[in-house]
Amino acid sequence: MVLSKLFKRGSQEDAERIEKSLEKTRRGVFGHIAALFQQQELDDEFWEDLEALLIQADIGVQTTEELIDRLRARVQKEGVKRAADAYALLKEEMLRLLGEAPPSALETPRLLTVVLVVGVNGSGKTTSIAKLAYYLKQRGKKVLLAAADTFRAAAIDQLRLWGERIGVEVIAHQPGSDPGAVVYDAIRAAQESRKADVLIIDTAGRLHTKYNLMKELQKIRTICARQVHRAPHETYLVLDATTGQNALIQAKKFKEAVDITGVILTKLDGTAKGGIVFAIQKELGVPVRFIGTGEQVTDFAEFDPQAFVEALFRQDT
Amino acid sequence: MFEALSDRLQRVFDKISQRGVLTEADVDAALREVRLALLEADVNYKVVKSFIKRVRERAIGQEARKGLTPAQQVIKIVHEELIRTLGEPGRLDLSGPPPHVIMLVGLQGSGKTTTAGKLALRLRKEGQRPLLIAADTYRPAAVKQLEVLGRQIQIPVHSEGTEPPPPDIAVRGVQEARKKGYTVAIIDTAGRLHIDDQMMAELEAIRDRTQPKEILLVVDAMTGQDAVRVADEFNKRVGLTGLILTKVDGDARGGAAISVREVTGVPIKFLGVGEKLDALEPFHPDRLASRILGMGDILTLIEKAEQELDRKKAEEAERRLLEGTFTLEDFLEQLQEMKKLGPLSQLLEMIPGMNRLARQLPAEVTDKQLKRIEAIIFSMTPEERRNPRIINSSRKRRIARGSGTTVQEVNQLLRQFRQMQQLMKQLRKGRLPGNLFGGLF
Ligand SMILES: Nc1nc2c(ncn2[C@@H]2O[C@H](COP(=O)(O)OP(=O)(O)OP(=O)(O)O)[C@@H](O)[C@H]2O)c(=O)[nH]1
Ligand SMILES: Nc1nc2c(ncn2[C@@H]2O[C@H](COP(=O)(O)OP(=O)(O)OP(=O)(O)O)[C@@H](O)[C@H]2O)c(=O)[nH]1
Ligand SMILES: [Mg+2]
Ligand SMILES: [Mg+2]
Repeated sequence: MVLSKLFKRGSQEDAERIEKSLEKTRRGVFGHIAALFQQQELDDEFWEDLEALLIQADIGVQTTEELIDRLRARVQKEGVKRAADAYALLKEEMLRLLGEAPPSALETPRLLTVVLVVGVNGSGKTTSIAKLAYYLKQRGKKVLLAAADTFRAAAIDQLRLWGERIGVEVIAHQPGSDPGAVVYDAIRAAQESRKADVLIIDTAGRLHTKYNLMKELQKIRTICARQVHRAPHETYLVLDATTGQNALIQAKKFKEAVDITGVILTKLDGTAKGGIVFAIQKELGVPVRFIGTGEQVTDFAEFDPQAFVEALFRQDT
Repeated sequence: MFEALSDRLQRVFDKISQRGVLTEADVDAALREVRLALLEADVNYKVVKSFIKRVRERAIGQEARKGLTPAQQVIKIVHEELIRTLGEPGRLDLSGPPPHVIMLVGLQGSGKTTTAGKLALRLRKEGQRPLLIAADTYRPAAVKQLEVLGRQIQIPVHSEGTEPPPPDIAVRGVQEARKKGYTVAIIDTAGRLHIDDQMMAELEAIRDRTQPKEILLVVDAMTGQDAVRVADEFNKRVGLTGLILTKVDGDARGGAAISVREVTGVPIKFLGVGEKLDALEPFHPDRLASRILGMGDILTLIEKAEQELDRKKAEEAERRLLEGTFTLEDFLEQLQEMKKLGPLSQLLEMIPGMNRLARQLPAEVTDKQLKRIEAIIFSMTPEERRNPRIINSSRKRRIARGSGTTVQEVNQLLRQFRQMQQLMKQLRKGRLPGNLFGGLF
């Protein structure tokens, strides 16, 4: 099984599940790409089909054009005749776009690591937090969760239920209370009574266009920074893979407001491709850190660009 | 990045319009930009292709209409075709004997549960007696979420926890509605992937056993290219009767609406424009078309603004706005100019240079709110409009009386006007805050 090796971690079972959900993705658009490269000559139709397929993967017009231009140039320069060789080059170019991610702050030893999780409504923040907490717990960390979404109906209950399921404590106040106060208390609890290694903060979904709500996030950041040296150490933007071009604007705005350090790409078990992450990495330098591939707590894996591109292109349709 | 679209189109067709006759090459040049605009708006690749083909066929060889340059005509056709593709807004079908069953379906996190609450609130305002049914037993605290929403708007919720199978809950919910005389039963279902065969079969079971009048697909306005597949699959499996586009309060262009309409052919019934339960709006094809094209209402701009709006005056106003010397008098003048142009939702967009600001407008702007603002400014003396600082409390009382508003409202307008001037200064420094016109309307 290629993927169990490619996705650096996780049990065999995890790897199989991820493999299964990515299977659909490969069969979809990227599967087509593979097929395309097998049969065709490098004629106009080929380039057009390639464009169609990349755009339909939500990679975006601009990034698609750049990819194709670069591929054309290389095909020309390196005298590539066969589609299969062009395909190898395309993979290289796509990988290059994803780049090398800097080391994750989760790896750095420190007394308390604070992870802030943000994103638009319904992208999968709360679920991803449960998954991440479980993932860290499996690696021997003591994790604490802060229920700083005090706005959405039953958001606190949702996080509490996840906490119970995975055996991780949740610090929460009443619905409608000040999210900043929850964060303040949670950090104190993490430092003092609970002695946690990692605190993960769940925040309410918010559209990046809402000025006041973005301000509120900045306030939460400030509270973190005041209590813990250099906190939050990671700020993850949770992005639904189904999202189209607006994801790039989202990433930009969240980066401006709270300096996101990574993306968690969710719902990759569907047929959407999440191709916008190429543009996000390219334009903002924000790497994808984790992927979500289902609604269970184990449907989660570290994002490995190599594995991602390889898996998407594997010609097993 | 997308903001440049309207300018880009403008440029293309400025170039063309200088030449007079519309050739095939001209049409194609304009359509290249349109194609880009649509793709960047997330309209599906294949849908864009057939759309462009339709427009091209209509555009080439068409007789020039009076008063429009040929290029303007292309844009007009694009706009019309877009409106046509979006279709007429649909109404809920509540015919036949009650209780009318409405079922909400869609991908995870699209906004079903929230929309269930919104629909219930709206239908009650229309004189119905709604019951909400909590048939999502999967997502943690989904039942509680619907219960909390129900409590917020005092609408009862039929819930049975998470043990029984969702189709059973749905059936018993509808039975309860019938027994207790509720006229509408709204079923909230769990989010699911269109390719999840088992979960799709569950929807079929709910449908077969509750016979819904309406099966509404709830689609996130931010959805990308995959929208076609999702909508197609849901439609094939359960047979949709309508669409609700959510999260339209953001800045996603919402091209998915076109895709979904094209593949399902069912009407768009409502737009979700916020997290609060009253944030549900009727759908206006013309507005959504303009939004998808990302160019304000460019056609209205062409047709009306050129003739009616004094461009220079508007530009002068914008300059002063940015310099912070924009007065309430300028503001009133703008409002009046804009009113000549028709629908208020588009008012700011139609002032050259102001469309950047208009994007910050909340979706809920209504005629009524604007009229109040206008009335307040009308009741001020010219001196007060130019120099609002002189408005003391006795002046405020006079203004409130004169405009049929309250002193609080006058205060609010003045405060927000000051904030707007502040924000303009920030804008000049290159920081555009999220919601410029925040509380103004
Ligand atoms: N199929 C699939 N569903 C997911 C995944 N991640 C989350 N979900 C589902 O998406 C829906 C929304 O997830 P939440 O975690 O509540 O999202 P959120 O961002 O916290 O939402 P808000 O707090 O309301 O903004 C739920 O139904 C989740 O079960 C994933 O990787 N795959
Ligand atoms: N800004 C905005 N947020 C919305 C709108 N509609 C729903 N939401 C938010 O989107 C998130 C998800 O909404 P839900 O109603 O829980 O979505 P759902 O489809 O029921 O989710 P699942 O049951 O997990 O599949 C919540 O944070 C809602 O508050 C809208 O029109 N605008
Ligand atoms: Mg949440
Ligand atoms: Mg729900």
